[in-house]
Amino acid sequence: MIPVCRLEDLPTGGSVRIDTAPPIAVFNADGELYAIDDTCTHQDASLSEGWLEGCLVECPLHEASFDLRTGQPTCLPARRPVRTHRVTVEDGVVHVHPAAEEGTAA
Amino acid sequence: MRTVTVVGASLAGLYAARELRAQGFDGRLVIVGEETHRPYDRPPLSKDFLTGKADEDQLALSDVDETLELGAEWMFGVRARGLDARGRTVLLEDGRTVSTDGVVIATGASARRLPGPALMGVHTLRTLDDARSLRAELLSGPRRVVVIGGGFIGAETASSCAGLGHSVTVVEAAPLPLLPQLGPEMAAVCAGLHHRGGVELVTGVGVAALRGDVAVNGVELVDGRVLPADVVVVGIGAVPNTGWLAGSTLALHDGVLCDDGCVTALPQVVAVGDVARVGGARAEHWTSATAQPRVAVRNLLAGRTVETVRPLPYFWSDQYGSRIQFAGRRRDGDLVRVVEGAVEDGSFLALYERDGVTTAALAIDRPRPFTRVRRELTRGDARPAVPVAAEPVVAGVAEPVAQGFAEPMAL
Ligand code: FES
Repeated sequence: MIPVCRLEDLPTGGSVRIDTAPPIAVFNADGELYAIDDTCTHQDASLSEGWLEGCLVECPLHEASFDLRTGQPTCLPARRPVRTHRVTVEDGVVHVHPAAEEGTAA
Repeated sequence: MRTVTVVGASLAGLYAARELRAQGFDGRLVIVGEETHRPYDRPPLSKDFLTGKADEDQLALSDVDETLELGAEWMFGVRARGLDARGRTVLLEDGRTVSTDGVVIATGASARRLPGPALMGVHTLRTLDDARSLRAELLSGPRRVVVIGGGFIGAETASSCAGLGHSVTVVEAAPLPLLPQLGPEMAAVCAGLHHRGGVELVTGVGVAALRGDVAVNGVELVDGRVLPADVVVVGIGAVPNTGWLAGSTLALHDGVLCDDGCVTALPQVVAVGDVARVGGARAEHWTSATAQPRVAVRNLLAGRTVETVRPLPYFWSDQYGSRIQFAGRRRDGDLVRVVEGAVEDGSFLALYERDGVTTAALAIDRPRPFTRVRRELTRGDARPAVPVAAEPVVAGVAEPVAQGFAEPMAL
């Protein structure tokens, strides 16, 4: 379990990237918090810098889009999912529970 | 249509094959590729592939499952030699022919070469084989590298070579690299990246000749200077691969001439990607190659142009640890304004403007604000169009775009 930031520092539409290996991106999509692997599965781009729309984040490099709930790509050029990670808020602090190396969602 | 032949197992060719299936074409699908490789992505060749950070697996555009699902007949390592006058038969170099009802031309472009005899150590960087041979040479010890041409391929190659510890010089004939693409202000900013990366940039002087007998040993400039070199990378652009169509009835002029819907003079022949001159313009952009096939295939299956495509020009480049992104249609004389960040900090967003209307955007390491502007430009582009006229756009006509831009930008 990794502390990320205070909840108020992650406003709606906001995102943060945490320097885990591999890095994880945490999003506040209309009040719901989601965490996925930060690196796009297509090439080298940081999804925390992507464009958030509803539950989808669009990669800033070639516009592949990922569903934050499942990690699945919804369009090309990405063809592989990103891993999803569980997020909790404890005492006003956002925490990420990284999924085990294998498998997808925790 | 019972058979469709895609000529070119390229990015655009693969996207066209996918679109054919996605849009319900269930006939025979033949894909002809000159290279022996399955479709791969070219942009990483001058970057992560060259430095060894990415391997060939990561370049693959498709996997086994998808390949099976496409249900196509692949012909690799064979070049198309001709297309008959009616566009019904594709002739292959090995003498075979493919009878077909529809054709998608996706033969791409080839790296332009310097005249003169071939010398060892002289490379172009366009194909996987090009990249393999350059990579092998770069990984076998320190070299003096001269890159001819300071465009994106040249700059990325120079950056990768410098990153591997080679001593690198870039020669650019124009006063600055990337002038036509970026304009003087931003071209100067990007030129500065070479310096920061420890690469020498020689501008405003052309190349007279390559020196050497069997292997290259230097590059002679028109002012008489000679730059010693063990490796020369020639990055002076690409020419569309239309030679095989010389005997066809298609109109060729710096590419295959198409209407705005990628349809050629023959309604059952469409062209996509680097080889296609769509609506008067040929864009060697990754995003054109991926955006055109959907529309081209739709028109091919409809038998006439029912949809047009005009993707907002977008390109990106990674060099010396910086990511440059550019989108829009800049014209000479546009004003450039940095609106976020600062050039000195190496992270900024600049807008190009004409008559108060944003025409294009350039960002270095500023992805999210860049995306915001790119989306706005795309939206402006999609509006009932300001006619593409040679005359300067009058303010009144351009206004709707300006208003579009002033709207609050929803996240
Ligand atoms: S790197 Fe994300 S879509 Fe290409």
